[in-house]
Amino acid sequence: MNEVKASMAGSVWKIVAQAGDQVKNGEDIAILESMKMEIPIPSEADGTVKELKVSEGDFVNEGDVIAIIE
Amino acid sequence: MNETLEHMNEKVSSGGSPKYHEKNQEKGKMFVRERLSQLFDDDLNIEDAFFANCMDGSLPADGVVTGIGKVNGEQVCVMANDSTVKAGSWGARTVEKIIRIQETAMKLEIPMLYLVDSAGARITDQVEMFPNRRGAGRIFHNQIKLSGRVPQICLLFGPSAAGGAYIPAFCDIVVMVDGNASMYLGSPRMAEKVIGEKVTLEEMGGANMHCSVSGCGDVLTKDEPEAIAYARNYLSYFPSNFRHPAKRQEPVRPASLEKTISEIIPDNQNAPFNMYDLIDRLIDEGSFCEIKKKFAPEIITGLSRIDGRTVGIIANQPRAKGGVLFPDSADKSAKFMQLCDAFNIPLLFLVDIPGFMIGTKVERAGIIRHGAKMLSAMSEATVPKISVIVRKAYGAGLYAMAGPAFEPDACIALPSAQIAVMGPEAAVNAVYANKIAELDEADRPAFIKEKHEEYKENIDIYRLASELVVDDIIQPDRLRDDLSLRFEAYSNKNVTFTERKHGVYPV
Repeated sequence: MNEVKASMAGSVWKIVAQAGDQVKNGEDIAILESMKMEIPIPSEADGTVKELKVSEGDFVNEGDVIAIIE
Repeated sequence: MNETLEHMNEKVSSGGSPKYHEKNQEKGKMFVRERLSQLFDDDLNIEDAFFANCMDGSLPADGVVTGIGKVNGEQVCVMANDSTVKAGSWGARTVEKIIRIQETAMKLEIPMLYLVDSAGARITDQVEMFPNRRGAGRIFHNQIKLSGRVPQICLLFGPSAAGGAYIPAFCDIVVMVDGNASMYLGSPRMAEKVIGEKVTLEEMGGANMHCSVSGCGDVLTKDEPEAIAYARNYLSYFPSNFRHPAKRQEPVRPASLEKTISEIIPDNQNAPFNMYDLIDRLIDEGSFCEIKKKFAPEIITGLSRIDGRTVGIIANQPRAKGGVLFPDSADKSAKFMQLCDAFNIPLLFLVDIPGFMIGTKVERAGIIRHGAKMLSAMSEATVPKISVIVRKAYGAGLYAMAGPAFEPDACIALPSAQIAVMGPEAAVNAVYANKIAELDEADRPAFIKEKHEEYKENIDIYRLASELVVDDIIQPDRLRDDLSLRFEAYSNKNVTFTERKHGVYPV
């Protein structure tokens, strides 16, 4: 199991992967908006998206879990 | 031939007992003399104090090899712990040997390499090796004196514990072997006893942690040969000491890649792109020697060559944290710029930065003083400096990346450059927030759009060139050639920053 965490504080702009999706290491799970920038949050492992912990529009702090990859 | 001498030579050069050699082999660790023969062009050419502590049969060379050999044809000094001898721990003669080879490096003004694999001080010998004038403290004092005078490199093959952890700390660069290298002031056993914390060595002081979290490590390698190869390559960019210009090699064409620079830079300023793709198109193929790749990846720092000339690159990475500067990235940049400036390596800034991070977390972490540290290092660097505004350069981000006020030799813009206190969205919101709130919701988008356009016109890059803010605007695909000509022209630069003893740094 691998946790995908927010790399910086910001709001969740777009969720790119859905629960059940197969993802590869480096593939984007969500895109945050912070400092007026798009901040892609990639998976750090190959696997299946088990759970998404955030919804679009949520504020996340650095280190908050965005998704769980299995 | 003298048989006693022959016998002693053999005994000392084979290190500690076979069981420790086996243990090391199981962990993928080479014997210290094997490491040295891989490191040098031929082998360790000159060795002194080989017979240190030879009256005690159990401590060959007193656990450290010191001497001089050649790397890329140039002399370098080395100290290398032998972990088969009392786990590479330090006795009185070990310390004296290290101090002497440092003094040699100082006299000859040649690089000093530290191949560290040591459990730390021999507590039983503390009075002889710890507190006195030529005790272990002198090693660090010498390192600090050598810093900036000659390159100092640490290759960490095993532990560097307690006081020993300061050897890497004072080096220009620390290369750590994954799984074996570690740095810590107190071992996990001590942490549990003294503060009640239960933690593994890897978690607390492992190579991966130090290269990605603490920033005490610069380069993570999978094994020892890779670490040694990195050090040899790293040295190829440096002069032997601060009196000489950076090295030059035969020019090499950049990698031939499918897309042009214009094609890889997105029009939308807020959309990320991979800065490594731009670097690849500017530098001699295969010349990028990255430092702190895994630490604070929102800024990229590394040595490279442009037309054979060594250039230190410092580049914002929009793919990581939007390229925003954080305390760690400011810290990483400051050290890299000091390294390059110390050894006459010109600096190239590739700018695409929304600014410094804001919010509670970074303010509490002291982002202001860390940012100030980066600005100090950049401002003080007297080597040729070229700032290339690739896309946005907002707020203090422009300053930190060698903006025009900081005496870069040139500030060049690509047509996609956008220099401003802040981006259009933030600026319109800041200036017209009340006005926008007063408008009917239906009228807002049109008003905001109009103000965006006005703002963009105001910060138009041709307008800034007309006001002499930037020195040139150039076609992206001409950038490498332009940089090459400029670095050649600026290579005679000879300036003193200011007169004083030294600054008071915002560390």
